[in-house]
Parts: sequence; C-alpha cells; structure tokens
Amino acid sequence: MIAIGERFTPVQRLLHWVMAICILTMLFIGVGFASTITPKYIPLLATHKTLGMAILVLALIRLGVRLRYGAPPLPADLPQPMRLAASLSHYALYALMIGMPLLGWAMLSTADYPVVLYGNIWLPRILPRNDTLHTLLWDAHFYLAFAFYALILLHVAAALFHALIRRDGVFESMAPAPSHAKVVAAE
Amino acid sequence: MTRPPLLPENARLGSLALIAAIVVVAAGGFAYTAGWLSPGRLTPAKIVAALAPPGGPALGHRRNHAKGICFTGTFDSNGNGAQLSRAQVFTRGQYPALGRFNLGTPDPNAPDATVRVRGMGLQIATPDGEIWRMAMIDLPFFPVSTPQAFYELLKASASKAPDAMKTFAAAHPEFAVFGKWAQSAPWTASYAEEPYNSLDAFIVVNDSGAEHAVRWSLLPQAPVVPITQSDLAKLGPNHLEQEIAERVGKAPQRWTMVLTVAQPGDPTSDPSKAWPADRRTVAVGTLVVQRIEAERDGPCRDINFDPTLLPNGIQVSDDPFPAARSAAYARSYDLRTAEVRDYPYHQTTATGGQR
Repeated sequence: MIAIGERFTPVQRLLHWVMAICILTMLFIGVGFASTITPKYIPLLATHKTLGMAILVLALIRLGVRLRYGAPPLPADLPQPMRLAASLSHYALYALMIGMPLLGWAMLSTADYPVVLYGNIWLPRILPRNDTLHTLLWDAHFYLAFAFYALILLHVAAALFHALIRRDGVFESMAPAPSHAKVVAAE
Repeated sequence: MTRPPLLPENARLGSLALIAAIVVVAAGGFAYTAGWLSPGRLTPAKIVAALAPPGGPALGHRRNHAKGICFTGTFDSNGNGAQLSRAQVFTRGQYPALGRFNLGTPDPNAPDATVRVRGMGLQIATPDGEIWRMAMIDLPFFPVSTPQAFYELLKASASKAPDAMKTFAAAHPEFAVFGKWAQSAPWTASYAEEPYNSLDAFIVVNDSGAEHAVRWSLLPQAPVVPITQSDLAKLGPNHLEQEIAERVGKAPQRWTMVLTVAQPGDPTSDPSKAWPADRRTVAVGTLVVQRIEAERDGPCRDINFDPTLLPNGIQVSDDPFPAARSAAYARSYDLRTAEVRDYPYHQTTATGGQR
C-alpha cells in the first residue's frame, strides 16, 4: 500500500487537476459544437482548437515530469488485476491526452482547413490534403473521444473506489490538498 | 502503517451506489451535451440530411451546390478596402484565388435550366499565410431569415402534404420576396454574367480598430445578356460549364468586388432583408478568373468554402447563418470525403455532366 503521505509532487498534482478541468471542458465542447448550428458553434470550435493545443503542451510537460519524478507505488495488497488495470488505463490516458490533439490537428490539416487559435495564431498544417487520411483521422478523433470520456469515468470511479471503499491512500496521493487521510488512518 | 479497517457492509454498498450515481450523472450530462437526449435539436447532420433529394444524396459530392466547376486566377486588390479592414487581402496587390462556379442543387447532374440559384465558392490567399473563404450566390437576398426557417423550408419542399409549402410561406412572409424574384429575375447563359453576393453581414475591422458591418458582392464586368429559361434549356444540360470553359479559354473573366457598408440600424442579423440601395459602397478589387478545370480532379474539389474561415480583419456578425453554414458545410465535407469511392479521381470517361 501507499505509505500514507507519500504523494505525487505538487507540480504533478497541479498539472493533474488543471488538465482534468481542461480535458472535461474539451470533451463537452467537442460533442457540443458537433451537435449544434447555432452561433455558439464558432466560439466553441475556436475554443476547442485552442484548448486542444494547450492540452497537448500540458500533456507533454506532464509526461516529462512523470518520467522525471515517477509515481508513488500502488498499495502492496492491491490485487493483480486492479494493478494491471491501473497501469494500462494510465498508459491509455497519456496516449489520449497527447494523441487526441495531434489527431485533431492532423485531421484539420488533411482537409486543408486553416488551424487558427484564439489570439490570431495560425498553426502550420502537419499533413497534406488527403481525403482518405482525413476520413481515417476524423473517425479516430470522433470515436476515441467517446473512449476517452469512458476511460475518464472509469478513472473517476476507480479513484472514488480507492477513496471511499479501499481507503488505501491512492486517492490522497493525487488529491489537490492534504486531505483527511491521516484522520481516517487514525480511526 | 496500517490500513484503515474495512467499511461495514452497508457503508460499502452506500459508497458503491454513490460512485455509480456519479458515473451515471456524468454520462448523462455528456449525452445531453451531445444532443442524444434532445431529438428536437437542429444539428448539422439534420440540416444536411434534409438537403438530400428523394432518391438520397449524390455520394461523394457536396450535399448542396453539388454541380460545379473549378477555377483559378487572382484577386487584384486596389487598396481601397484598407480603410475598412486591416486584412492583408485589402492592401494593394495581387493574390492567388481559387474557386468554384456552382448550381444550387443537391444533384450534380441537374440540367442547368432547372436550377434557379447559382453560386461561387472563393478562396483568396495572402502572403501572411492567412486565407479568406466565402460562398456566395446570385440571389440579391436570402430566401429566409433564420437557419431554422431554412430547415423548415427544406422539410416543407420535401413534404408530401399538399399544403406544406403554403403553410411554410404563411409562417415566413419573407419567402414571398424570393418567389417574386425567382419568377421575374432574368436568367443568363453564363456564370460570367452573374453577380455573386455574400448576403450575410460580416464585421470588418481596420488598423485603428474601427468596426463596420459590411456585405459584399462580386459584380460581373462581362455584359449581361438575359435569356429565357426555355432558351437556356435548349443550349443543353451542361451549357454553363462548357460556356465558362470556352469563355475563360479565350480571355480572363473579371468581377469587381464591392463592399457595401451598413449604417447604424441596418439589419445585420437577417440576410433576407436587403439594405437600402443608397448605402456607401467601396470597390476593393477585381477577381480575375484565368483558368477553368473540371471539378473531379480540380483544385476546388476538396476545398470546403466555409464562410467563417476569415482572415484577421474580418469577423462574423450577429447574422446566424455563417455559423450554421460552417457546421453544415463541415458535415457535408466529412461525408463526401469519406465517399471518394463513389466519385473517384482521374476518371477519363466523359461522365462528368451526364445523367
């Protein structure tokens, strides 16, 4: 088990929670603009692109920080299947955090759309125009978005399972502020 | 350090129920945002589906304005637009242009004389890396006031109910103006003789930050020769594409781009309402069409002429159409680019315009 008090570094926790807000906002904006023709379509789409690039940058920083500082060990008594699930889901989360913005950027590039962020930032295209590639990238971006959200729900459920039921310090290791873990432990 | 004692059974169940409830609410919120719980929401998919003719859409083609032909040329800016907009396209100079003449029909094989509305998609690129895309039509105003009304118009036209169009027209008095235009406006036998109008209002911003609402038009420099619909029909089903290819082959064709500046109080949110004729206009340059290419392998084929793709210095206004058009055009683009098998490149047999 995690020795109570062994936590992710403050910068990791900050990145986690800032990105949690960004990514959730991102996914809701994504399914939101794709299902509307009202004037808010335009700012939602512009926000989606801008926030996507911000997430890409944050995710790369986060990956570097993770490689540098690692993560607290999982509780020793955590069953092997849960250990495996924890490990795989975190690989998938990192892959999606970095992959989804790249897929979106590449998708716009293959359709010859300008990629314009707030602040009149025009990004270069990263792939040439191509129908087949555009369709492939569009499908990937679309279906992976739902997979991403499902994975986040699983992640939230697992975090709450650790916090409320196993009470093994895993949730506290990423909690934004020192929590009642010590109080619980003392019970 | 010891693990806290396990929770009693009922507390565990309570916690599990709480976790399940949080997941269900979060999933429900997502489904709601995606429109899955709102069958009444007007989505891009619905608008595009409503454009399809009774036999279904022409796969691989644009879902509206499906019949068209590509052109390339230049936009020769005279510099007069710089007073209104800081976009580089309005500084004096020559910029590459790419576009598409088209007919307002979902059928890429529709005979020319059966389609009342003609259009032009246009992209102008500037050295600063920015682009301006627009999609204009020859109507002097849009037939309806709102995207919702446009959708209702599509539904009414497709409806088998005998009174569907009457009911629609009664609810949308602006539509009668279009009816009058469609009956009385002269036809022409050339894309080169048509004006192409933005209809939607946009906001231009100049170097000092001053904003003006404008609409723009490309006015033909070629003399306009009216023709009757039946005489046009006699020229053949694909006369317009043959004619523009021949005409441009002989000499470049030109349009003057004119910005019309609104006065305070002019309706910017309703493209069915023309502005008074005495509004200030600024001729900002000339579109020179130098080369025509078939759409199948042409440079306009895979371009989405999304009217919200604007350079810095031009913005959308409170007109609700550009956003709706952007959403619907993207849907059409995503569909047709996934259907390339149904409209392959490099087809050598001459089926382009045949039914």
